Amino acid sequence: MMVRKNSLIRRLLTIDLPVFLIICFTLAPYLWMALTSVTEKSKLFTEGPSLTGATLNNYARLFNTVGFGTNLRDSFIVAGGTVVVGLALAVPAAYAFSRFRFKGRRILMLQFLLINMFPLVLLILPLFILMKTLGLVDTYLALIIANSTIAIPFSVWMMTSYINGIPRSLDEAAMTDGCTRFGALYRVVLPLCAPGIIATGVYIFITAWNEYLYALTLGGRHVKTITVAIQTLIGEYQVEWGLLTAGGIIGALPATVMFLFVQKHLIAGMTQGAVKG
Amino acid sequence: MSTTVVPPAPLSRRVLPYVMLSPAVLVTLAIVFLPMVQAVWMSLHDYVLFRPKDFAFVGLKNFIAVFQDPVFWVSLQHTAIWIAVTVPAQMLLGLATALLLNQNFPWRGLARALVIIPWALPSVVIALMWVWIYDANFGVLNDFLLRMNLISTSIPWLANPDTALYAIILTLTWQGFPFFAVMILAGLQAIPASYYEAAAIDGASSFRQFWHITLPGLSGVLMTATLLRLIWVANSIDVIFIMTGGGPGYSTYTLPLYALVEARTGLDYGYGSALAVVFTILLLGFVVLYLRRAGRNIA
Repeated sequence: MMVRKNSLIRRLLTIDLPVFLIICFTLAPYLWMALTSVTEKSKLFTEGPSLTGATLNNYARLFNTVGFGTNLRDSFIVAGGTVVVGLALAVPAAYAFSRFRFKGRRILMLQFLLINMFPLVLLILPLFILMKTLGLVDTYLALIIANSTIAIPFSVWMMTSYINGIPRSLDEAAMTDGCTRFGALYRVVLPLCAPGIIATGVYIFITAWNEYLYALTLGGRHVKTITVAIQTLIGEYQVEWGLLTAGGIIGALPATVMFLFVQKHLIAGMTQGAVKG
Repeated sequence: MSTTVVPPAPLSRRVLPYVMLSPAVLVTLAIVFLPMVQAVWMSLHDYVLFRPKDFAFVGLKNFIAVFQDPVFWVSLQHTAIWIAVTVPAQMLLGLATALLLNQNFPWRGLARALVIIPWALPSVVIALMWVWIYDANFGVLNDFLLRMNLISTSIPWLANPDTALYAIILTLTWQGFPFFAVMILAGLQAIPASYYEAAAIDGASSFRQFWHITLPGLSGVLMTATLLRLIWVANSIDVIFIMTGGGPGYSTYTLPLYALVEARTGLDYGYGSALAVVFTILLLGFVVLYLRRAGRNIA
């Protein structure tokens, strides 16, 4: 009995306590922001953020006066569009990488990986010039294209590893039973990798939602995503920390919620390649 | 594939993979490789955005100017500090977190889910909340340190040239260590439990088990994750851009930030591109290392 009690205390001290401290470190800034966002403006600088007399005034102001609603809409359109473009291009490519052995396969796979390593700053300058020439600056299309530079390579790799996980014998069986190759892709492979497609889609959505520098450079008055809106708030309402932090919470919420829903699938897909390394 | 079909494969089958790949490849060529070539092309020209007609070829003039530019050298030095402090800090914290999260305790699932949250947050929000934490007058960090009597007066963390870079490094460490933790955790789970059982039977202490089983078992993951993270940390400019914009003075300039600022506010796209190209070339060594590791895994 004594031994068991000692080992429990030991576990609490060597595992639970350090994990608790690390979780505090990861969550504290977020919780502090949430707390600040519900504190009345007048109280913030006298008593500091607190839960007593919590108010949603800052959130109301954000939507009524600052117009956060349109920014949210813009972010949804850009992120949603990037998901559609990214998946539409990545799924066939991933299927080809997974199911065929052909000349140049290795180089093509590596070029997708290489794109992800490019400094964004190297792309952002010419992309701006390109969009300006095409007259696309300040349109949804410009932001969807720019975000696709990040989304396509990553989703090709993620989808390839998901499709690799589906036994080839299944498509072959379908084809022996009279399916064409596209029939097999459509009826067998796609349904089976639905969790992978959803996880990849969510990943693209989160990165596009969170993206800032492209949105700043290629957006404008008509297309202003939530990240740019938050940054503008920082400039305009410098000391109004209640309002600013409310903006931060709203901006972070959709991505965080989606992430928590699919995190298991997402992490499996992300780490697969690396663990083999 | 080769087992099912009799040779030779019909033309349509040989072409099919290229057909399926072409949309993705063509689009990336158009929106990534073409702009990249254009960036190199711009770097060889005098190109200031408010004088778009003057697109004079100047050869390596911009590059020579880069190497004579004191701000370039300062930024390079900051980039080195930025990488050399952030990446190891993220890795050590990530390793410790992963080792803990690999133990058995009742709320392990919850802890694993919560620890990754910083990774999913927009960098704008991360920058915003840390600026608030670091705030010189009302920030919680100063408040906390004052109450603990660790400092006697408030420190303007982001306005002080001596602390600004390190304050941002702490923010980026916070943002990036969960990535390491998740990667390393996956690596830990891939080490067979039988190794530990055998070592325990032979009487190996837990430190020796860690040294002789865990670390060698993780070396691949650690190497890959470190390279990947190094490249991302080097590239990452949005958090700095929002938190300080490079200031005060040049004290938080890194190379990619300098390139961005030069083009955005200076509108000097020729010189900005030259800076971006130099930075890319400096980074290329790590990219090649990473690609070689990744290339080995392509079956």
